[in-house]
Amino acid sequence: MATETRRILMDPLIHNNPIALQVLGICSALAVTTGMQTSVVMSAAVVAVIALSNLSVSLLRNMIPTNIRIIVQLTIIASLVIVTDQILKAYVYEISKQLSVFVGLIITNCIIMGRAEAFAMQNPPLKSLIDGIGNGMGYAAILLVVGAAREVFGAGTFWGIPVLPLASEGGWFTPNGLMSLSPGAFFVIGFLIWILRTFRPEQNEAE
Amino acid sequence: MLEDYLNIAVKAIFVENMALTFFLGMCSFLAVSKRVSTAIGLGLAVVFVLTVTVPLNHAINDYLLRPGALGWAHASLTGQDLSFLRFLTFIGTIAATVQIVEMALDRFFPTLHAALGVFLPLIAVNCAILGASLLMVERGLTLPEAAVFGFGSGVGWLLAIAALAGIRERLRYHHIPAGLRGLGITFLLTGLMAIGFLAFGGIQL
Amino acid sequence: MSAFFVTTARYILAFAGAVCLVCAVMVSGSAVALRDLQAANAEQERQRNVLFAAGLADPEEELTDADMAERFAAVRAVVVDLETGAELPEVDPASVDPLVEAGITDSSRAVPENLARVRRVERRSVVYLVEPGGELDVVVLPVRGQGLWSVLYGYLALEADLDTVRGLTFYEHKETPGLGGEVDNPNWKALWPGRRVFGTAGEPIIEVARAAAGPVAEDPHRVDGLAGATMTSRGVTNLLRFWLAENGFGPFLERLRGEAAG
Repeated sequence: MATETRRILMDPLIHNNPIALQVLGICSALAVTTGMQTSVVMSAAVVAVIALSNLSVSLLRNMIPTNIRIIVQLTIIASLVIVTDQILKAYVYEISKQLSVFVGLIITNCIIMGRAEAFAMQNPPLKSLIDGIGNGMGYAAILLVVGAAREVFGAGTFWGIPVLPLASEGGWFTPNGLMSLSPGAFFVIGFLIWILRTFRPEQNEAE
Repeated sequence: MLEDYLNIAVKAIFVENMALTFFLGMCSFLAVSKRVSTAIGLGLAVVFVLTVTVPLNHAINDYLLRPGALGWAHASLTGQDLSFLRFLTFIGTIAATVQIVEMALDRFFPTLHAALGVFLPLIAVNCAILGASLLMVERGLTLPEAAVFGFGSGVGWLLAIAALAGIRERLRYHHIPAGLRGLGITFLLTGLMAIGFLAFGGIQL
Repeated sequence: MSAFFVTTARYILAFAGAVCLVCAVMVSGSAVALRDLQAANAEQERQRNVLFAAGLADPEEELTDADMAERFAAVRAVVVDLETGAELPEVDPASVDPLVEAGITDSSRAVPENLARVRRVERRSVVYLVEPGGELDVVVLPVRGQGLWSVLYGYLALEADLDTVRGLTFYEHKETPGLGGEVDNPNWKALWPGRRVFGTAGEPIIEVARAAAGPVAEDPHRVDGLAGATMTSRGVTNLLRFWLAENGFGPFLERLRGEAAG
């Protein structure tokens, strides 16, 4: 059982990363990765929502009538997202303002619906919870890498602390504004996928 | 007046393109952009649903959810603020609209249904749809402006996915490093397209 | 897997109802429980920005909530009727959110087309006065207007002569980081104090220049442009001029001047 749990938890991190391999749920992921702080808060929000939605869907799995199951899942997820949003607004106000509409977009994050439908509907609560955490972490991993890369190269800071001395303040580093704009996010993810697949060639696509 | 609407439309299509600057609707953007014909089909469905749902959600927000919105029902309700229900209500509206649109198309326009039908269920969970409604609220648009914004956002998304599909069709004949094939190169391409769209930045009519 | 229940229409309805009920309780519960905390956050944020603009606090300083409250005690928030410039002493400033009111037809008015691209102006706004010993020292006015990508929101603080700038701060914008986003840069903000906003005829002529402006004494009406951000610089010029003119705080400033003279 221990190895089973480990597998469910660790698999989505590298071998089966939801973003890098299944292109799921990156809508809300990319827009908030301009800095580390927003990335971390967003990751935490997604992990919480996906874990709890998996848990609740799994608890209800034998009771949900098949023909309304999608809308039931959607209702559960949307409620969880609202609660998350309220909590963020109450406790990390500044960051929640930067996340603006993208917290709400967690609802339409395909990973969450996908895991509820594909895993939680068939598996017992504990397993589903772990699966949710695992997938959330896989998502978080990409978010954090992209966030770190964009903040360091785009602004010369990490977690708001200057790491590369800026040319405008007497250092040598001129921030690459492109990294902070949308194309930067696409490039970072593109190269990230390339790197991941160079080390795991079995994941290459034929096309 | 008219130029206000034109301005909103141009901004939604080019300057603040849903897919390329807000990363909305990315899942289907990347998954359904392998062929131009399917990309256009999905794009049209998105335009259609956005044009319907954004003004609809605007009305719901204006008459039910925003602070003080319930004043029309009873004076004592003026102080109520239901805006925390926004996500739930919007997603419900969208899911219901998509369902109704699908049934209506099937009944009255079977040819259109044959073309767009397969894409409609995909759309309920497309973040571009929910995103447009939420952005509409954040920007405080009026009802007609919301309709224009919804339509413009859809057209912008259609434009982006059709263009990407066109490039990917061509790409099939190119030799791409193994690790970049498929997803990787698509991201890089999208990034280049996003740079192209940055050139529209600051346009105001 | 659905072996131990029958999916009758009644069951489905009951189930849907139960799910809705549970979710509704959860959602409303969190909204109600956290409302006060959220309102307090918003209020605190507003106070911080007013203090920054008025030069009573520095963003670099580590300020506890108590410090903030203490410093803000020196500030008096006043609700103002923008059209007449009159104070509305009977209205509690905490109950007025000008930005929300600007979005609602009943509590706002359309203004003629302007370069700041402000389309509706709230009928009443909240300004902040610092009056040590009853003598006016600083007036803080909320301003907003279109930059390149987004609307810039900020506060402009004027000295008691209602002409000299005490400070300018923007608390929300989505301008290009490193270019237009430099409106946040403390070095740029430091160029503002001492500049004068009005010309001899009383019209706002403050300008963010295309390039470098002179020192305050020689070039009082211009401020260095932001490098590589023509549109954002122009946006700042336009929004300041809009809010200082007749559709913004013009009538209010006029009234204050009259009071000072009388």
